[in-house]
Amino acid sequence: MSRVPLPYTQKVLDLFRNPKNLGKMEDATVTAVAGNPACGDMITFYLKINDQEIIEKASFESYGCAANIATASIVTEMVQGMSLEAAWKEMTWKKVTEEVGGLPSVKFHCGVLAVGALKRAIRKYFQNKNVSPSWVPQELSFEEKQALEEEELAKTLAKRLNVAEENQS
Amino acid sequence: MVENVKELLKAHKGIKREVYLDNENSTMVPKDVVDAMLPYYNQVAYGNPTLTHKPGWEAFETIMKSSQKISRFLGSKILEEITFTSGETEANNLALMGSAFANKSKGKKIVISEIEPINVLHVTDLLQKFGFTTTKVPVDREGFLNLEKLKEAVDEETILASIATVSNEIGTIQPVKEALDIVKDKNPETLFHTDASDAYGRIPLNVQDLKVDLATVSSYKILGPRGIGALYIKEGVNVDKILEGQIGTQKLWPGVENTPLIVGFTKASEMAFQDFEANVNRMRMLRDKLVDGIFRKLSDVKLNGPKGDKRVPDNANISFLRCEGEALTIELSLRGIYVSSGSACSRRLLQPSHVLVAIGRKFSEAHGSILAKTTRYHTEEDITYVLEVIPSAVGRIRGIVGSTGVD
Repeated sequence: MSRVPLPYTQKVLDLFRNPKNLGKMEDATVTAVAGNPACGDMITFYLKINDQEIIEKASFESYGCAANIATASIVTEMVQGMSLEAAWKEMTWKKVTEEVGGLPSVKFHCGVLAVGALKRAIRKYFQNKNVSPSWVPQELSFEEKQALEEEELAKTLAKRLNVAEENQS
Repeated sequence: MVENVKELLKAHKGIKREVYLDNENSTMVPKDVVDAMLPYYNQVAYGNPTLTHKPGWEAFETIMKSSQKISRFLGSKILEEITFTSGETEANNLALMGSAFANKSKGKKIVISEIEPINVLHVTDLLQKFGFTTTKVPVDREGFLNLEKLKEAVDEETILASIATVSNEIGTIQPVKEALDIVKDKNPETLFHTDASDAYGRIPLNVQDLKVDLATVSSYKILGPRGIGALYIKEGVNVDKILEGQIGTQKLWPGVENTPLIVGFTKASEMAFQDFEANVNRMRMLRDKLVDGIFRKLSDVKLNGPKGDKRVPDNANISFLRCEGEALTIELSLRGIYVSSGSACSRRLLQPSHVLVAIGRKFSEAHGSILAKTTRYHTEEDITYVLEVIPSAVGRIRGIVGSTGVD
């Protein structure tokens, strides 16, 4: 196992110790998942969206490291009260990383995964309603692509290591 | 980044008790060992052992005596069979690369197990660039080598087999003698190396009885200082040096010998072997208390590696299902308990411990694994404290996981 030093910021540690908006939301409008337990890195977002397309509430669950927990937690705080359009346009992994005071480079993907899950949720919301606003492009956003890539990588890895797929889920 | 660490350390203020169990990755060095080392920095034997003056001769005498002691602890009678290196990593590099290069005319095949330490795996990767190929022999669900597959893997071109005596991660004690007989039966020319770092000071180990050609031991794995280890090389076995420089007392290791570290390694060995049975029984008693306690207090936990006599006495490796390992190590650290995890979380590759994957653990089980090793310095109160803290720590992380990633 290779190891790298992980000097997390105070903010990451605070959110790890006291995550905000933690837990399943029973009355969520939309739910989205990114990552895979095989990667040891997985986030579920629950969004409560009102008729004006404003995110009223957001919550999360995380199967992941401290950076994963912290970035997921901060995303739920950042998007609260945001319109879906604003959330889509303004939320980037870089912004999330800044918001937690920075991340060790090997943990950048945690921020990417958190935003990937958020953007998936927004995309899914409109898919469920069968509408496609012009600001949600057909092409996946950077974060969605990365999340997909991480999931594919886990699958490939599982295959390469000769571990049955069904074994992993 | 350094500022961040300061804050992380501050967050640990107010800890009731500290229990260091990450003895796989580094250890505290007992005061007796440090005290034994100190005079060698500035009072005696601080000279270069190859030079013709008193401090040099003192160093020479010290190193030779240390070699003799360590060779005896390993069951060898010849002090020249011991080569000091800068630790286990370097000893394994020397064993594999050195014997591969010295014997390349005989063949270019190497056989290892799937659960060798990471440095052995990396050396075989490197040797690929020089035309050597490596066969990895699988293990069963407890980490025991598949001896049939080992037999199949060795042929007339196999120059080296390397099988660790004890798995550093899951504590499996391999049938080294049987493995060696199988290898030598197929090809008497094949050299047999074993990384015995996790066996030394924990289980009876005798290189002459085992008839191994090469064996690695490490100082810090027996509470000696870091940065020193040794490779046993049976007399007559051909190994090339892999580092170039001024050769001194160590025929296969260039550079100025680190006498204080060699003394510390020797002192730590003496302390481990002084009352071997009692030391080992104490490690085992504490380890069993830890493992049994965890199984009593928590559900959805799995022991990685075998139970009973085939497991080294200090090793506890447990998977906590629905719990991510890195998060758990931080949670435990904030409460004064220091362990490591087989989680992939510090890697971009997303690959958890190769050992846990090799024994058939699901990825999600490997990500939730915790490795702890007991020593004779732990107390029952230490373990009681760990058992008090673990249920709520695991409970908190499981609470964050919720229904995400549940199998």
